[in-house]
Formats: sequence, C-alpha cells, structure tokens
Amino acid sequence: MEQKLVALSGNEAVAYAFKQAKPHVASAFPITPQTEMMHKYAEFVANGESTTEMILVESEHSAMSAAVGSAAAGARTFTATSSAGFALMWEIVYIAASLRLPICMALVNRALSGNINIHCDHSDSMGGRDAGWIHLFSENAQEAYDNAVMSWRIAEHMDVRLPVMVNYDGFIISHTADSLHMLPDDAAYDFIGKYKHAYTLLDVENPITVGPLDLTDYYFEHKTSQLAAYAKAAEVVQKVSEEYGALTGRTYEYCEEYKLDDADMVMVILGSSAGTAKDVIDDYRAKGVKVGLLKIRMFRPFPAKYIADKLAGRKAVAVLDRSASFGGFGGPVFTEVRSAMYGQQVPLHGYIYGLGGRDFDLGQVATVIENLKKVAAGGRVEDINLLGVRL
Amino acid sequence: MSSPNAAAATGQMVEIRWHARGGQGAKTAAMFLAEAVLEKGKYGQGFPEYGPERRGAPMRGYTRISEKPIRRHCMIENPGIVIVLDPSLLDSPAAGVTAGTGKGTVFLVNTTESPAFIRDKLKVKDSKVFTVDATGIALDTIGRPIPNMPMIGALLAVDDMMTVEELKGALVGQLSSKFSQAVIDGNLAAVDRANKELVSE
Repeated sequence: MEQKLVALSGNEAVAYAFKQAKPHVASAFPITPQTEMMHKYAEFVANGESTTEMILVESEHSAMSAAVGSAAAGARTFTATSSAGFALMWEIVYIAASLRLPICMALVNRALSGNINIHCDHSDSMGGRDAGWIHLFSENAQEAYDNAVMSWRIAEHMDVRLPVMVNYDGFIISHTADSLHMLPDDAAYDFIGKYKHAYTLLDVENPITVGPLDLTDYYFEHKTSQLAAYAKAAEVVQKVSEEYGALTGRTYEYCEEYKLDDADMVMVILGSSAGTAKDVIDDYRAKGVKVGLLKIRMFRPFPAKYIADKLAGRKAVAVLDRSASFGGFGGPVFTEVRSAMYGQQVPLHGYIYGLGGRDFDLGQVATVIENLKKVAAGGRVEDINLLGVRL
Repeated sequence: MSSPNAAAATGQMVEIRWHARGGQGAKTAAMFLAEAVLEKGKYGQGFPEYGPERRGAPMRGYTRISEKPIRRHCMIENPGIVIVLDPSLLDSPAAGVTAGTGKGTVFLVNTTESPAFIRDKLKVKDSKVFTVDATGIALDTIGRPIPNMPMIGALLAVDDMMTVEELKGALVGQLSSKFSQAVIDGNLAAVDRANKELVSE
C-alpha cells in the first residue's frame, strides 16, 4: 500500500489515527503533554474534517465517565490523557474494562505527582496495569500512529470488547517532530471497519442492564469471564497486527526483537528508549559483543510464555523500568519478566531509569551492556539498580 | 566540517543544538527544520527542551537530520552545529553554549560582532564560527525581532542540507494556513538575506 511519508509530532500522528476511524464521540480534558493531541483533534472537528461529537467535561473523571456512557450507548468512542489525569479517571478506568467497552485511549506517558513534573515516565500506565485494559507501547511517532489505528480493531473485536490504551512517551514522542508513513484515510477506515456494537442502551426492543449491583452471588463469575477474555485478546492483537503488516509492510508482534537471534545478552525495554538502545547495541555489535534487545509492545495482556521463550538460554538479561514500584521488588516490568522466567536458570537483573523525564542517554545504555557482560562472564550485579541518577 | 553537507558526506547524522530565549522561535525552528528536510528525502527529528516556558528564559532546542531513520531519543550532547539565537547567552555559563563541543563543531551566532570576536569570547579555537545579524534582518523584513527563520537561511550557507528554494517552499507550506501574505513574504526575504549576509572568517 502506497503511504505518504509525513513529518508530524507523535501527538499529531495519533490525532490523525483516531480521526481515520471516524469515531462518533470523544470526551477529554486537557493535561500536558496530551493537550496538543486533543487540540489537533478539535481543529479537525472545527474545520469540518471530522464529524466526531466532542464532549467538553470538567475533569478526567468525567471524561472517562462520558466515554463509558457513550460506548455503552453504542458509539465508537475515544479519550486521551496523561499522568494525574489518568489517576483521576481511576474509578471509571476499571468500569470501562469491566463493562467490556471498546474505548480507545491515548495515554501520553507522564510522571505522577509529587512533586509536579510534566515529563515522561511510565508510572501513570503502570498504576493502571491491573485495571483490565490492553496496554500497547510505542517507540516513536510511527508506532504510536500504527498502534492507534490497530487499537480500534483490537478493542472492537467481538471476542475482545475491551478498552485499549495506546501509550507513547510524553514530550519524547508526543512533542517531537518525527517522520512517519501514514495510511490514506480510506485505506485506514477500510482496515478499521464500520463500528458494530455488541449491545446498546438505546435499543428499546432489546433492553439490557449495565452496571447493576453485583454482590457475593455473581461478581466472582463475572470477573472470571473477564479474566478469560485476556487470552483471547492476546490472540486478537497478534491477528490484527499480522493483517496490519500485510497492509502496510510494518509488522508488529507482542515484542520487537532487535539483534536477538544470537544474543547472549538481552535488554528488555519499553517505549522510546528502545530506539536509543538500538544505536548503542549497534556500536557493541560492531565490536563483536553479542547483545540484543527485546522491546515489549504489548504489556497487557502480559505475554509471559512468549517472553520466557524469547529469553530462554541467554547468559544475562537486564530489564529496564521507567517507573518505580514503591516498596516492591523492582519495577513492574522486572517483576513480570522475572516471574515469567521462573524455573529457568537465566540471570536477570533490573534497572529503574528515566523517572520524571531524566534523559536516557547513550552512556546509560552502555552501562547496562557493561553490566550484562559482567553477569555473562559469571560476575554479579545487584538485582535492582538505579540508572542515571545522582547519588 | 569537511564537507558543506555533513549528513550526505559522512552518512552520519547531523546534530544541531539551538540556544535561545523563550519567544525567539527556537522551538519552531528546531521542529520546522526537521520537517522541512523531509522534502529532500531526509529524516528529521526536532524537539525543544521543555522547562518553565517563559518569554525571555534561556532554552534549548534540538534537531537531528539523517539519511537514515533516526532511532535515538536522547538529548544531543555533542552537537555538530550550535546555533545561538540570542548573543546574551554567550555570557551565561548556565546556558552551556559550548558544552559538549569540540574540534569541528560549527557555531552559528546571531550577532553584529565578528566571528573572530565570538571565537575569542567562547574560547573555541578548533571550531568554525559564523555570524549573521539575524535580529537586524528580522526587524527589516518581518518587522519583529524574531531571528529563527533568518538563522535557518544562514544555516543553509553553512551546510547545504537543502537548498534555499526548498526551504522557502517548506516555509510557505508551514506559514500559509496561519499568516498573512505580508508575514510570509517577510520571512522569505529574511531567509534570503541571512543566507547571503552570513559572515565567515
């Protein structure tokens, strides 16, 4: 498929991806660094390029509430937020997933307060990792766009019907001018398809109940049916990604492998930092160091068996978290990967890095690779390490 | 720089760091240049360093240009080209104009002083220094002291990453939806003049 190479910021790219789905409703409240995305979207609507009904709300709690109402009524719906905005949505984030509503959301990753910080880390999405959404992460504007286009197909698949969160790093992706290939509007809409609702509140011939009291008698069974949905969701993510690859030439899996095949040492990472790591990995490869990268694209549902398989037999693995789990044993990605690797004799250690937008530079990648070399040679590195911080 | 077109000559990435004060258009310039080189079939990445966004506060912007897709997302520590939009930043150690620079770094400074004077001031004996009175040109052509577009015009006299005509085409595309023809014409004239009035040693 012929695709135009365009120069856009990550926020603009995602705004286009959402517009191409012709959503019926968008409800959002501005928060840096998400604001520019909805600003762009509002421009589409004001210019008559989109017929989406935009609902102005007074908070993110209301933004997500309106999205839930709209999706339950049978409308294709999206929202977007960052950081504290996502935190304020909290209660309704769970409800969106529990009601199996196919809402798409851009989460422009930003640190949580306090102190107040507008820059990138993944604390916001990680705080919501148990809420029942599908979490996709993006390395650059291209992936943010691609994930956003695919998010509709995944969310709305009749076997899934779960909300999808498209994560992309605040400022580092959202506010950076980047170049990407974009599908023509018609091709994107053909891929996404016309919206079909599973149930609608507005069908008076077939009345349904949404969100009733659900106590000791049935709540557990309802949660069990929700739990069962995630295995199916993972399959659908794979299937939709394959179809998207056939259409665009850009293929995605649960994870991206970079120079992984023969790698003795592996870095596991999410988001924009993967690109920076790839450049340094190339430098080390040129020197004969067998290091590779596993970039997690789909963090929820967590592809545990897939990742365990990819990391099996390696001499050393480093897992990098752009968020802290206070009082926990390492960051959320580390905890998941280590758990997935249970029973395997692969030495694994973790890093917390980049909190509050601290630059993840080439030197930090080199530090990780040097530590991987040490472990691969039989040496020891602390289980949990801090990277790029003044101590 | 051994060639006037660093990216094409070496196959390497050109990394540009912009030093300015809030309101001088460095963010716009850093991002615009990254978008403009797309016309030339090159890949661009442009971003500012976001901090307290106040008019007059020192700020930095970054632009990467490459023949290949750009993967890294870190700040630029060792720029090939440093562009200074506000000469008062040359006196500010906190602005860090010379940080991470070395042999071969090109400095392009908006000033009425000579390159030799700027070289002495910055103590950069191994670097190439160019100057242009971008503020004066902006006042003459645009009517406001916004030196960002003339600085890009001057940059193209230092590195031919794209032609002046290509830049002007991209500039019209960028400005036409938001600004009057008078503003567009002013910017185009500013680009032309700065490109011709660049001072080298």
